[in-house]
Amino acid sequence: MTLQSDLMTKMNMAEALNLALKQEMQRDKTVLVLGEDVGVDGGVFRITDGLLEKFGENRVIDTPLAESGIVGTSIGLSMNGFKPVAEIQFSGFSYLGFDQLAEHASRMRNRSKGRFSCPMVVRMPYGGGVRALEHHSESYETIYAHPPGFKVVIPSRPYDAKGLLISAIRDPDPVIFMEPKRVYRMIKEEVPEEEYTIPLGQANVVQEGSDVTLITYGSMLHTCLPAMEQLSNVSIELIDLRTVKPLDSATVIESVKKTGRCVIVHEAPRTCGIAAELIARINEKAFFNLNAPVERVTGYDTIIPLMQREQEYLPQPAKIVDAINRTMQY
Amino acid sequence: MTLATDFDPMKGKMLQILDKTGKVINKKLEPKLSKQDLLKIYKLMALARRADDKRLKMQRTGRMGTFAESKGQEAAQVPVVMQLTKKDWLVPSFRELPAQITFGLPIENDYLYYMGNEKGMQQIPKDLNMAPISVPVGTQTLHAVGIAWAEKLKKTKNVTVCYFGDGGTSEGDFHEAMNFAGVFKTPVVFICQNNQYAISVPREKQTASKTIAQKAIGYGMEGIQVDGNDPLAMYVAGKYAIEKARKGGGSTLIEAYTYRLANHTTADDATKYRTEKEVKEWEKKDPILRWTTYLKAKKAITDKFIKETDEWVEQEVARATKAAEETPKISIDDIFDYTYETTPQYLEEQKQEVKKYYPE
Repeated sequence: MTLQSDLMTKMNMAEALNLALKQEMQRDKTVLVLGEDVGVDGGVFRITDGLLEKFGENRVIDTPLAESGIVGTSIGLSMNGFKPVAEIQFSGFSYLGFDQLAEHASRMRNRSKGRFSCPMVVRMPYGGGVRALEHHSESYETIYAHPPGFKVVIPSRPYDAKGLLISAIRDPDPVIFMEPKRVYRMIKEEVPEEEYTIPLGQANVVQEGSDVTLITYGSMLHTCLPAMEQLSNVSIELIDLRTVKPLDSATVIESVKKTGRCVIVHEAPRTCGIAAELIARINEKAFFNLNAPVERVTGYDTIIPLMQREQEYLPQPAKIVDAINRTMQY
Repeated sequence: MTLATDFDPMKGKMLQILDKTGKVINKKLEPKLSKQDLLKIYKLMALARRADDKRLKMQRTGRMGTFAESKGQEAAQVPVVMQLTKKDWLVPSFRELPAQITFGLPIENDYLYYMGNEKGMQQIPKDLNMAPISVPVGTQTLHAVGIAWAEKLKKTKNVTVCYFGDGGTSEGDFHEAMNFAGVFKTPVVFICQNNQYAISVPREKQTASKTIAQKAIGYGMEGIQVDGNDPLAMYVAGKYAIEKARKGGGSTLIEAYTYRLANHTTADDATKYRTEKEVKEWEKKDPILRWTTYLKAKKAITDKFIKETDEWVEQEVARATKAAEETPKISIDDIFDYTYETTPQYLEEQKQEVKKYYPE
């Protein structure tokens, strides 16, 4: 999407998300922000900073410490005219609200044939690489991608984060919005001051190439980029999924048909990960275009280790370089 | 002093106006109901009972799937829900046929749902603010708080009545709902139908607290234990809680002390965990029996009215049965098209795949 705006500001992802919330709350009075510490504290990552002062305690709500309560009341609020943007402090604690999400939020439209729906967003920081406590580094997006009814969005950079969050808030269905906490303040880039949306379910071809398709999303984009620098002799097409549900199959298939080779990178555990689904779709639609088996570089099917060993667990440029080389030499 | 302080559950008090024989034991609290309302309670309880009996017959003859029977719990529902307006909300669990009928849900909707047709809940009349029934125990309490919270933010006076059972009070969601309702002072009337068993587990094994009503205290809320088989007591408690919520006074927890005179569901066999003697004792406290005795003593009901009601109930149940049995299945499109507002490509493809095998 192109933007005709002179008003660009360099900002990090945390600032871009904050701006998106501010603008959507300004635009639509039914948008509420609720969660633990989102008010006075501005959220533990400061994503909701300043919202309480601007919009008041009826719209920016410090809730009791209860994830199911936050999600469950958001369901009721969204069934009755509001658009709650709930913050779960860390994705590792979101499972307390999973029952409400999977049993109700994802099904309400179907169960009432559209009379009731849950146009709510559940934001949650996810992923490793920040030397965090136990339960603060997981990447379990598959859990949310599996049950029918959700959209699952994972931005990789400030520009996308803002446009995707605005789309998520305007979306008529429940959206799980997973934020790579490692990227919150990792990079700054030009982000327009004005509102803009990025359609959910549309991948971004970050770089075009002809030899191999490299697919990733979220914080792993920033692991793929240095890997690519080490492979100047290979023409790599880099795809950032941005939304893991619905998956942009069309973009992926088109690319793989062109390159005939594919490597998929995610930090989530391997079994039943997003890569597994992508590989199945590639097999269905681009099997005869493949020159090599599709490779995946992922987290392992173990608990993510604490900070002394978490780098070993996470995909690293060296692992990605090797996977691409294997694919090229097959 | 309020009704809830007069009947402080911590002092072992239970609100009762009619004793089990239907005699008024608390004249002061007896509400001055119009003859029309007195008979309305009778008609709705009779209708709910017969509609429930019919479900059982249909289930036993293979015309309906598993469902949760409501027999014996009519008084815990009808006299409260009849006080709601169309702008209020009803958030039920799965044993609230009497409440749903009272609120205005056609019986065939309930029948359809348990016959395995989603239309039952998908076609709740648009002018009824009723949430689809909730099967996961206790989860709906949070929706009720959210719905009521929305009404509060919209500055209306609308009230949300939420039903759940004694088993539901052990779920975390119940506590989170009570806590949120207390903190945000949302206009919810929580009604726990304590029917003594969560499937087979008796109330004493569900919680060590003496009453369920007293749990409200921990959330800064009033709680009151009520004889749930006493329509007058339930009417009075419901009126108190509804009016309080309308006036911005927040939530109340009503524990309706009752008993299910049936199995948990049609797949259950209650003889495995309840004695016949116990059931017989509770049959004597049947709310419909008690209500009829009261109305007769008051000379508010005639044998002719009872007979006419019986005929009307029979017709209404037959009509609902016919309506449900003649309703076509949902379409293949319906299975797919309400997953999201706009059906994504991958779901379209899956839909076409099924349609090849099941052409319509």
